[in-house]
Formats: sequence, structure tokens, C-alpha cells
Amino acid sequence: MAVASTMILVISLILFLPILSSSAIVAEEEFSEELLLKPLPDRKVLAHFHFQTEAPPIHEDSFARHHHLFPKSISQLVKKFHVKAMELSFTQGRWNYERWGGFDPMSSQNAKPPGVELWAVFDVPPHQVDASWKNLTHSLSGLFCASINFLESSSSYSAPKWASQSALGSLRYGSLPREAVCTENLTPWLKLLPCRDKAGLSALMDRPSIYRSFYHSQRLHLTASKALADGLESGIILEQTLTVVLQPDIQRAGLSSPDEIKIQPSWSLSSIFGRKINGRCVLAKSSNVYLQVERDLVNQLENLQKNTAAYAANDTSIDVLRRNLVFEVSNTPDRVHRELEKSSSILYEYSIKEYNDAEQFDLSLTWKYPVVWSSSHAPLYASRFLMGSGNERGSIAISLKSTELTKDFIAVNNVEEKCKLQVNVLQIVPWYIKVYYHTLQLLVDEKPQAVTDFVEKMSVSPSEDKVSPGVMELVLRFPCDIKSAVLNIDFDKGFLHIDEYPPDANQGFDIPSAIISFPDFHAGLQFSNDSISKSPMLSKLQEKSPSLSYTEVLLVPLTTPDFSMPYNVITITCTVFALYFGSLLNVLRRRVGEEERLLKNKDANKVVFLRRILNKLRGRSSESTPPPQQSSSSSSFINPKLILKVLMVAGLTIEWQYYLK
Amino acid sequence: MSTKTETPVKKKNQKKIQCFWSWVIGSVILRLIIIYFPKNLNLSSRPEVSTPLTSIRRLAEGYWLKQSSMSPYAGSMYHGSPLLLTLLGPLTVKRIEGQPDHLLCSLVFVIADVVTAMLICAAGKKLQAAYSSSLQSIGLHHLSEDSDILPSGDFAALLYLWNPFTIVACVGLSTSAIENLMVVVTLYGACARLAPLAAFGWVMATHLSLYPAILIIPVILLFGYGPDAPPRKLFRQRTNLEVDDSASGDRSCLEDELVNEKRMLNVFSWRPVVLFLFWALLWSSYVLVLCGIYVQQHSGLQEMFKSTYGFILTIQDLSPNIGVFWYFFAEVFDFFRSFFLIVFHGNILLMILPLALRLNHRPCFLAFVYIVLSSMLKSYPSVGDSALYLGLLGLFAYELKDMQFSFFLFSGYVGVSLLSPVMHNLWIWRGTGNANFYFATAIGYACLQIILVVESVSAMLNHDRMITKLTTAKLQNVKS
Repeated sequence: MAVASTMILVISLILFLPILSSSAIVAEEEFSEELLLKPLPDRKVLAHFHFQTEAPPIHEDSFARHHHLFPKSISQLVKKFHVKAMELSFTQGRWNYERWGGFDPMSSQNAKPPGVELWAVFDVPPHQVDASWKNLTHSLSGLFCASINFLESSSSYSAPKWASQSALGSLRYGSLPREAVCTENLTPWLKLLPCRDKAGLSALMDRPSIYRSFYHSQRLHLTASKALADGLESGIILEQTLTVVLQPDIQRAGLSSPDEIKIQPSWSLSSIFGRKINGRCVLAKSSNVYLQVERDLVNQLENLQKNTAAYAANDTSIDVLRRNLVFEVSNTPDRVHRELEKSSSILYEYSIKEYNDAEQFDLSLTWKYPVVWSSSHAPLYASRFLMGSGNERGSIAISLKSTELTKDFIAVNNVEEKCKLQVNVLQIVPWYIKVYYHTLQLLVDEKPQAVTDFVEKMSVSPSEDKVSPGVMELVLRFPCDIKSAVLNIDFDKGFLHIDEYPPDANQGFDIPSAIISFPDFHAGLQFSNDSISKSPMLSKLQEKSPSLSYTEVLLVPLTTPDFSMPYNVITITCTVFALYFGSLLNVLRRRVGEEERLLKNKDANKVVFLRRILNKLRGRSSESTPPPQQSSSSSSFINPKLILKVLMVAGLTIEWQYYLK
Repeated sequence: MSTKTETPVKKKNQKKIQCFWSWVIGSVILRLIIIYFPKNLNLSSRPEVSTPLTSIRRLAEGYWLKQSSMSPYAGSMYHGSPLLLTLLGPLTVKRIEGQPDHLLCSLVFVIADVVTAMLICAAGKKLQAAYSSSLQSIGLHHLSEDSDILPSGDFAALLYLWNPFTIVACVGLSTSAIENLMVVVTLYGACARLAPLAAFGWVMATHLSLYPAILIIPVILLFGYGPDAPPRKLFRQRTNLEVDDSASGDRSCLEDELVNEKRMLNVFSWRPVVLFLFWALLWSSYVLVLCGIYVQQHSGLQEMFKSTYGFILTIQDLSPNIGVFWYFFAEVFDFFRSFFLIVFHGNILLMILPLALRLNHRPCFLAFVYIVLSSMLKSYPSVGDSALYLGLLGLFAYELKDMQFSFFLFSGYVGVSLLSPVMHNLWIWRGTGNANFYFATAIGYACLQIILVVESVSAMLNHDRMITKLTTAKLQNVKS
């Protein structure tokens, strides 16, 4: 028995050894889950879920790729279409750049335009990019139960030139502003997580509370990490985020006295999601919850504390930060991160351990003192609107207004003589919005200016009817002391074929958001702790990404033809043409003189005709027996000339048939 | 006696000439006044004036694209000729301080209009002279005197200049003014028997808007047979009679010449036709080379043809205009589209041969009928096209004086041109109307044009019949 068991052990060892050894060389697949909570200035709470799954690079020659954690569907997608990087987002609602911040990693990375947005960079030769894009849209629409396949037609996606310098030519960008986002899109997204929404942080995702939110954006970001050596296939990093802006219940805060209205509503995880965290997802490497206190709020706090001397003594202790004049956090954080700069945001870290049903993790924040703060703003606040009335033409205006950051920027760069503020604008319009690019006007500080003075670079690929959308990319350089700038461009509204209108044609058509970016400004938080680099979300927050904002989606009403009219229009028009043809031909054919002569000679003609026939009959009867009428007609049928004609026609028809075949 | 009668005639002529010129100047002043209205009264964006082919804004966009080193045809905005772009493009950009934006362009169009009118006038004079001489030669002296009373050239020129359609098209900066000029150049060149000029006009007109290509038939007839005349049969009868006369009795040298001349009239002279064709070939290759040079950095002539002629023939732009095709092709089922495209374009071609057979003795009138047909069955018609044929209608004022429904037609034109903007406003701007209302005015307009063309053709044929009757009566008198 013992021998047999050892034999089995040895055999199994021999069998499994190569697998073990190979897996030993290659790094493990990793999964981490994080949740960031942040009180927003306008009495709302931001919840940002971040899940990251990494598939390490493996040998190309291994026949089948086995995944422990990484979703197979995504890795197949990457393999098949050679996706280098991709981002897909489903968003409902609009990120409020003025109140929720426009100059932090959260807004520039996770604020997305309404509907579906997809961009992808492919690792294929330039002529295959479009084909790969089309296939990718179809696979994604199947994966996420969304009509992403509408991005397949060349009139709905484009290839911006300067959006990313590295991926010139292989980047495709498309968006569907009208797409409604709901649970049927969230469920397949959750399926990609190893614990789905059964355990861990994702268990918090209570559908009613998410879809009741002011803004929610579910995002899927893929990057294929570069192959380190030849023969290694590239690894994939899959990053899934869900950003929700929620309104805590006001009833809990109590509206007893008018003074308390000003106090921010207190909230807890259980109050905003209706659930508590039962425990971590066991497959996750790390599972953390963060609470971020914004820069300006920290400033306000410090000011308050300076005023009250009692707190001056022990400034830095964790407990004071947790429990201060203004708010109180229920749990003691495991770690506190501060930004490097003075007066910077604070991050409380809670790591999730195993909890059971009796003991669940619930984080709550109770406000004690009314405090007003504001989020950080982008250098210029961008908004876009339509001008003009009627359904024939109009113009699109993009207005840029300075915020307090621009003032700071001036203060910083005051030493330099000419301080310039660079703004990149990418605007994509569908083909039925026929933009006249020569009408581009620029108003700086409400005065019309020559476009060439401020536009450093401009790239336009005009829209082609039913083929491609119009893309306009602008690199603008404004002086720093600019107060406002308005870009204005005229367009004509197109008229579509009745089949091209969507079911609800009178609602109007959407122009996708323009993307305004400030390449000189990098939104990123700098934390001192080295340990942070282990956390994928925090490293993402530290990433230096250019500040980016999306403008509003514009709704353009287009005129509609009468959808019930096709038969009437066809018949009426054809009647008119028939009238024209018939009456003109009639006029040309008519001969007044001839008619008169014909009328005169009609009777005479009749007589002559009869006589002729009689003569004929008589002549024939004199030759032989009078043949009956039928035989004479039949004899005329057998006329050789007629036979020849019939044969010719038959030959022609046969030839025609052949030709058609 | 003769001197006494001559001086009042001369004075009358001088008075007429002064009157004519004052009217011409008046029309120019009117145009300039309207140009100085703010934004040209928004005429340049009216659907009646600016079709995708004639809009000045699209031309400016094409020029801008060209200036920013892109193909002017990129982005299905501009569909006109590259030559027009070189001519008008720089003018759309140039601004004079304190003057309206498109002043220079407008001036070009005003000049084009005046030149067109002058050419119509000259062509009309030539036609009239030829016509009265041919009437005299068949012995209808009183008719020729009648036709001399109305100076149809001046009348047509003023009709062209003062037609509200022309004014609107000119002030609305529609490039159809230049297309019209080229068509009139063709006709004038053919009437004056200037083969190079006629060929130039024909080639340019065809290059600009494709449809004038069918004018090659009337132009060849003009070169072959000479300008409009009564049916050729009458001359033959007349000459036969004269030959008979001369055989029977005394004949003079002068009469002999006359007979020869009349014989010449009946013979199709090939020489000028061949010359015209040669020049047309020359000019068209020249135009093609110029266009080729202009678009060679981009996709070349193929793209040019695709986005000019292709755009005209396939009717891709469905924005409303005064024609009926836009709504038809916006509504028609996709699988019938190509069938109806062929049928509608075939409609123009189908009538060419019957008309040419029936009206070959009146090539100028034939050209007029072709112009009406093409501006009715055009894919993107504008009022500029109507302006041309309404002006040319004046040339045949004498022959068409017995035309039926002329009052109905006049009031119809007035009614449609008032109703159509109202319906457009209701549909597009107020949103209270419906596309069908506007389409109904377009149908009404098409019907009016149909009636115009049918009635004018039938009036012309009736006129011919009348002449035939008169001459045969005369001949019978002579014989008896």
C-alpha cells in the first residue's frame, strides 16, 4: 500500500512538476479591489470602486492559456484583435466639473461623457486597424449587452491625430451619446470579477442605489503590458472602475432646526448603499477602503483648528484627524496618507479583513459643524452650447472661462514674460451636421480676434456624407490672464433619407462631447508613503495625467420629412413627370393641317378601302375557290417576312436571357 | 419725303436706346442697393438661391480647404468647378473695411449679369435681323414689319435684368449667374457664328453644371442652318415657284442671287460645325488640363468628376430646394433609388430627339426649350436657372405672342414665389408646417414650368403653321 501510494506520489510529482516549474517562472495573476469614498462640496458622496486584474506575460509557445483570475473573454479579445490599449465606459449623468472637481485624477480619468465611449489602440498594420475596430465593437456589444456595434459604421468613429502621440494611426475613437446604461450592462461587467458581486467590495453594489445616483460611470480599461523578451506574449492589465455620485439620505441628518440644514448630511456605507461589507473577496491580493478628504476641506479644517487653541497641541495625531471639530469618522483608519505638499488632501486607509455576519465593516462619517469648501478646478471651465434657431443652420460655441486655478497659475508664472496656457480641443461631429470650418471665430475676452493669433495647430478632417464624421482638433495658446474665450463655428443641418432617422426622430440628434484638455496641467496626487505604490488605485491616482474635461452633449433637432408619405410622394411626382412627357409629346406629334385633311378624306378613304378589299377578294375568287376569311389571315401569318421578324425577336430574347445569366 | 420719315425713326431709335440704357443702369443700381443691405437680406442662405452646387458659402469652404492644403472636395462640401474656385475663392476671403463682406464677389456677379444681358440683347438683334430677312424672302413682308416693331433683344435683356429671380440670385451670390453667362455666351457665339466663342461657352457651361451639354444639338443646328427661320419647306416651295417664274419670263441677276441664297439656307453647312467641334475639343482639353493642374496634389481629376458630375447625377444632398427631387429621393425606398435616378435623368434625354426633329428650323428656340427642360429636371434647381429661361423667353416674344395661359403662368409664378418661402418658413423655422406643404409648392412650380414649356412649344408650332398657311395662300394666289 505504502509503495503504491509513494508511486502515485512520484508519478503525480513527475506529471505536475513541469506545470509547477513553469508557473514558478511566470508571475501570478493578481486581483485587487479598492473603494474610495469622498465627500463632495454639494452634499453628495463620491464612491469609486476600483478593481484591477493582472495577467502576467506568458510564453507564446504554450498551447493553451489558462487563467486563474483573469477573465478569459477579455484575454481572448486582446489576443484576437491585437488590442494594445482600450477603454470602454458606460455613463449615465454628467460629471459636474464645477462642483465635483475638474482638476484631480478622479475627474480627468473617471469623468466620462454620457452614454458609451470607446477608444482602442491596435497593434496591427494601419490598413487592418479599421477591420479590427469593427470586429472589436461587435464582440464588445455582445459581451456587454449594449449597442456598441453602432460604432462599426465609419460615420460614427474617427481617428484623432493628436489625442495620443504614441498611437498615431492605430487609435480609433467613437462614442454613442444616446446609449442608455442600466443593469444589463453592469451584470456582464461584474461577471469579469473573480468574486462577481457575491463577496468583497463589489457586494456593496446595490442596483437601486447605483442607478438612483446622480452620476454613475462604469469603465473598463485594458492595457497590454509590453513583452519583456521575445517569445513572451504580452501581459494584460484589466482595470474596472465604477464611479458613483450619491446623495445621502437627508432624513438621517435631521432637519429639525434651520441651522442644521447647512451641515452636510452624515452618511455611512450602509445608508448610501443599504449594505455593509461582509468581508474581502478571498481571491483579492488587497482589499482596501479609502476615505479622501479634499485639499480645500483640509485647509478649512486647519483654519478652524488654528482658531481654537485647544487642538493646537496635538495636531498630527491620527485620532484628531479622525475626530475633529467638523466631522467624525466611525472607524480608526489603519493608515493615513498625506499629500507631500503643504495643505494637501488626506487619505484614510482601511483594509478589509475577514468579517462575518455578526461583525460587518461599515464606515460612517458624521458632520458636526457646517463647513463650506470647493473642489479644485481645471484652469479653464469649458462648456459648449448651440446657437441659432430653426432647423436649417446653427452654430456650435465652446466657451472657456477662467477659474481660480488660472489666477494661481499666473501668480506662479508671473516671472516669465509671456506665460501661455495651452488648450487642446477635439471635437467630432456627425456628418449630418455640416460644419463650415472657414467660419471658425474666436472671441477672447469678448472681443473678436484673428483665429491665427491663438491657434497654434489645427487639424481638420471634414465630414463626408454618410461616410465619415467631421473631426476638428485645435491646439490653442492663450495668454494666462485670459478671462474668457469663445470658439464659434457655423454649421448647416443635413437632411436625411427617411430610413436614416432613428425611431424617435423628433427628439433630435446628439453631437458627442468635445474633449478639452490642458496638457500643461497634470492632475496627480503625491503621497509620501512608499507603501502606496503597492495599491493599484493609489498608483493610478498618482499618475501624472493631463487635465481633461468633457463638454456637454448637444441635442440638435433636425427637420423630418413626413414619414407616412413615401407612396404619395412617389405617385404624385411620377404623375407630374408623366404629365410633362405626355403633353409635350402630344404637342410635338399633333399636325393641325393633317388632321383636317384626314377628317375630310375619312369617308372617301373608307369607300376606297372597302373597294380595295372587294377587289382583292374578287381577284382571288377568280383564280380559285374563294377562301374563307380565316385562311387569308392565317396565310398572312405564314408570311416569310413575318416569320423572319418573329425569329429575330426570339433570337434577341434568347440572347438577352443569356446575357443576363 | 423719305428724309422726313427717316428723322423721326432715328429719333425714336435714339430715344429707345437711351431708355434701354437707363433701365440697365437702374437695374445695376437696384442690385447695388440690395447688396448694401445688412447681410444681403440673408439671400445667400435661401434654399431657392443657394443649392449645394451654387452656394457661395460652400465655395468659400472649398477655398478654405484648398488653402489649408486639403482637397477642396474633401468632406462633401464643395461640388463646383476648380476654376470657379480660383476665380471667386480669393474674393470670398478679401474684405474691404467698412464695406459688406462679399462686396467683391457681388460685383463679379453684377458684372456677369450685365454681360449676360448685353449678350442676350446682341443675340436677339442678330436673331431678329435674320428672322425678318427670312420672312421677307418668303414674301411675308407685313409679318417682318410686325416683328420689327418690338426690339426683342432689348426686351429680353431687360426682362433678364429686371427679373426678380435674377436679382435675387445675383445678390444672393449664387454662382448660377456665371453658369447663365456661359450658356448665353454659347448662344451668342452660335448666333454670331463665332465658333471659338460658342465652343468656349459650351465647354465652360458643361464644365460648370453638366446639363448645358445637351445644348450641343441646337448649337450644331445653328452653325449648320443658321439662326431661327420659318420652316424650310416654305423656302423650297418659294424657290420652286421662282424657278418656275424665271423659266417662264424675265429674270434679273439680283433674283438669281436670292434664289442661290435660299438654296444655301436649305443645305446643312458642315464647315462651321466641324470648326465648332474642333474648338470644343480644344477648349475642353484645355479646361481639363487646367483642372488637372489645380487638383493634381490631391486625388486628381477622378475625384473632381466624382464630386461634381457624380454629385449631380446621384443626388446625394437631400436638402430642400425648389425642385422635386430632394423630397422624392428622401422618401423613395432604397432599392428603387437607382431606377428612379435613371428614369428622371432619362426624362431629359428622351425629349431631346423629338424636339430636335420638330424644331430643327428654330435652333435658338430649341436651345430655350432645352434650357427650360434641364432647369426643370435638374437635380438641384435654383431660381437662377429660371431667371435664364425667363429672360430668353423675351427673345421669342413676337413668335409666342399667341401663347395660351400666359396670364395664368404669370400669376402662377408670382404665387409660387410668394408661397414657397412662406411654406419653407413654416416648416423649417417655425416648425408648425410640414415638409409636404413646401413640397406642394415645388410640385406646383414644376407644373408651371411644364405648362410653360408645353405651351411655348405649341405656340411656336402654331406660329409656324400660320406662316405656312399664309405662304401657301400667297403661292396659290400667285399661281392662280
